[in-house]
Amino acid sequence: MDVLDLSRWQFGITTVYHFLFVPLTIGLSAVVAGLQTAWHRTGRQEYLRLTRFWGRLFLINFAMGVVTGIVQEFQFGMNWSAYSRFVGDVFGAPLAMEGLVAFFLESTFLGLWIFGWDRLPKRVHLATIWLAAVGTTLSAYFILAANSWMQHPVGYRIHDGRAELTDIWAVLTNSTTLVTFPHVLFGAFLTVGAFVLGISAWFLLRGRDVDLFRRSARLALVVSLAAGIGVAVSGHWQAQIMTRQQPMKMAAAEALWEDETSAGFSLFAVGDVENGRNHVNLQIPYGLSLLSTDTPHGRVEGINDIQARYQALYGPGDYRPVVGLAYWSFRLMIGFGALSALLALAGLWLTRRGRVPAGRWAHRAAIAGIGLPFLANSLGWIFTEMGRQPWTVFGVMRTSAAVSPGADVTSVAITLAGFTLVYAVLAAIEVRLLLKFIRIGPHEPEADAEPAAPALAY
Amino acid sequence: MELTTVWFALIAVLWTGYFVLEGFDFGVGVLLPFLARGEADRRAAVGTIGPVWDGNEVWLLVAGGATFAAFPEWYATLFSGFYLPLFLILLALIARGVALEYRGKSDGTRGWDRAFFWGSLVPALLWGVAFANIVRGVPLDAGHEYTGTLLTLLNPVALLGGAATLLLFTLHGAVFLALRTVSDLRRRAIRAARVLAPVALVVVTAFLVLIRSGALSWVAVAVAVAGLLGTVAATAAGRDGWAFAASAAGIAAFTATLFTSLWPDVMPALDPANSLTVANAASSPYTLTVMTWVAAVCTPVVLAYQAWTYWVFRRRLTGEPPRAALH
Ligand code: HDD
Ligand code: HEM
Ligand code: HEM
Repeated sequence: MDVLDLSRWQFGITTVYHFLFVPLTIGLSAVVAGLQTAWHRTGRQEYLRLTRFWGRLFLINFAMGVVTGIVQEFQFGMNWSAYSRFVGDVFGAPLAMEGLVAFFLESTFLGLWIFGWDRLPKRVHLATIWLAAVGTTLSAYFILAANSWMQHPVGYRIHDGRAELTDIWAVLTNSTTLVTFPHVLFGAFLTVGAFVLGISAWFLLRGRDVDLFRRSARLALVVSLAAGIGVAVSGHWQAQIMTRQQPMKMAAAEALWEDETSAGFSLFAVGDVENGRNHVNLQIPYGLSLLSTDTPHGRVEGINDIQARYQALYGPGDYRPVVGLAYWSFRLMIGFGALSALLALAGLWLTRRGRVPAGRWAHRAAIAGIGLPFLANSLGWIFTEMGRQPWTVFGVMRTSAAVSPGADVTSVAITLAGFTLVYAVLAAIEVRLLLKFIRIGPHEPEADAEPAAPALAY
Repeated sequence: MELTTVWFALIAVLWTGYFVLEGFDFGVGVLLPFLARGEADRRAAVGTIGPVWDGNEVWLLVAGGATFAAFPEWYATLFSGFYLPLFLILLALIARGVALEYRGKSDGTRGWDRAFFWGSLVPALLWGVAFANIVRGVPLDAGHEYTGTLLTLLNPVALLGGAATLLLFTLHGAVFLALRTVSDLRRRAIRAARVLAPVALVVVTAFLVLIRSGALSWVAVAVAVAGLLGTVAATAAGRDGWAFAASAAGIAAFTATLFTSLWPDVMPALDPANSLTVANAASSPYTLTVMTWVAAVCTPVVLAYQAWTYWVFRRRLTGEPPRAALH
């Protein structure tokens, strides 16, 4: 392995790891804010218990999101210094805005929320959790604007050997950002839906706090189904934009080798990358043309043809991503997400008009289903980022040109091993803590340090 | 003023905010095993920074983001060049953040307190090492890539810089704890501050005089020394509030010395032809203009709500049952 490969592994591992916590943070902050609002409005004690219960799980998760995020902020400089020099003028702006606008907001108001229970007027205290929730969403917006610029660079010119910003508005309203942002948010709500549902099912299986968790479960089912539909609709828009902006990514995602009209949507393919064709390809007729162009006979470009066109455009080279990986990550993202939404649909049916599912398997399925959106999210990013290869900035800068020229294999290997090891340990600790507080349930544990902050005295 | 200079100043302000605010967080972590006897003390000490530490750390993240946006060359050279020290800092910040958030939720706190101690000590030391090297200059090639090794960074002056920041932050943590706690814990914090203040004064002054350059930096050095003298005097007089204000001023002036000595370079090279300056490391005028507007609108708002947070949590903490006023 050379520095480039190691750096790619490092970036992939640290970012995918970061993104395990991010969707749950985005979703749970809104759920907790909603529950606290319900408590504020109705004064009913069970809403307060739910606020505190989900709030605790939210904080355990949030801490991991924060510490893994710190690494993200510096990685570009550490391992991708050539990239940073080349794009900093454009790319640094949304990153700095994220810090100034979003990170300050969420961290400060979350601190106020955690320690402010008995210190702030109730209304002000409620506002702090909403501001923290807004902060997490703003953070997603700015970082996705930065990432979308890499997918579809706009509002810049090349000058003196680097990319220079010419129109910040174009960057912030990039068509790619505008479809990616809802897709990621819906993905976050699918994640929190499955999380709340699975944990509620765990309590229902044990017959603990049945009323409370039956209500949580119904709410989670509705959120999951709505988010499932949202993620499919926004994903469809994304696919259309992607077909125009990064046709190679779509072609790889579909194992479509030649330009085609009336292209089918592939369900299962076994490809031959060497010779650029498929051995087996099971398709839904017209599916791909419909998905990406809105007409059954639309024309979709294929890998071999795009490769030839790109060689003419960008010079000799291989412009194909790892086709098998793009193909399967795209399919599995959709598959795991669809499974999660179907689970929600089935759950709504089984619990219609106050019914209780017979037997234990429905609850067990809900618990097992917690993992599905996490898989879908990770695969979505792996598809988006690896489907863009060999480019780091599509059409402008190759990944091989982005890596730090001064980095040596030993240093990158040390940090790669170090981060991976620490992350593995932290994952184990986080899961144990989550389980501990799930077992304690929506009761105030005695030795809990917050929200009962240390006693006070003047 | 040129926008590049505005952004140089703004980044200096962000680092100042970071060192002044997270400085006492680090100090609390370093002092924890020495000052806190028993879980009640430890809980009170950690509680003093509980609501604010994450907001304080964001000053670093924004300093990083602002450097990326305004001086991409600086961001690229600094973080790829100081690769392994930065890795250690990141690991320390990870350990410390998790420790602060998880200690109150775990059954055992010993491991977390150890992580909090080391996670505070390592960055408190390494930021000084890093800035000493930035100000003195490092080997850069014509492409502005760092060409030294890890050992290049561990020279005696840099180690003195590390000692200086470690002492400064630990002292700052001691006066902060004295200000925010009561009874025995407070008395021990005051005693620690009285011991640390003169040592910090000597080491910091030696370091600043050694690395400073440019006329303006003399003013900053003078303020730093005055701040530390003020800390010595105020701790002797038992004036917690003044001691904290003086040590905050000392840290601010310390940071100002670093940045006034740097300007107009942002990262001097041993061969001056390869130095990164505010001019050759900067983003385009358009980007700087956009970011200036964003900063002008956001910064006052951020300052206002962070100040409000400190106002909300202004009361002293104790891990013991509430008691009558101690003032
Ligand atoms: C702001 C920029 C940005 C953002 C928001 C993301 N990425 Fe990315 N990604 C990059 C900027 C980038 C990069 C620096 O440009 C990399 C490194 C190598 C490359 O080509 O792109 C990259 C590579 C990269 C790789 C490895 C691809 C490869 O080397 O083949 C993966 C798996 C991800 N990313 C995953 C993610 C995930 C899970 C993200 C969500 C949190 C994410 N990326 C957000
Ligand atoms: C590779 C690019 C990324 C960088 C540089 C980055 C940077 C960071 C940093 C520094 C933090 C910690 C902030 C704090 O201390 O409060 C953070 C947290 C966060 N990030 Fe990222 N991030 C990246 C990718 C993403 C993406 C793609 C999203 C959303 C779609 C996202 C959403 C969040 C959210 C919601 C938080 C706060 C909550 C949490 O920590 O769980 N990040 N990020
Ligand atoms: C019918 C279902 C879906 C479709 C058609 C779809 C479509 C897409 C497309 C086309 C992209 C790539 C965008 C690009 O590279 O420019 C993408 C990315 C992504 N998807 Fe999906 N998706 C679906 C379901 C899901 C589900 C269920 C989740 C998670 C719960 C999910 C999470 C993501 C994530 C995190 C990304 C990467 C970020 C981004 O570029 O938006 N997707 N999706």
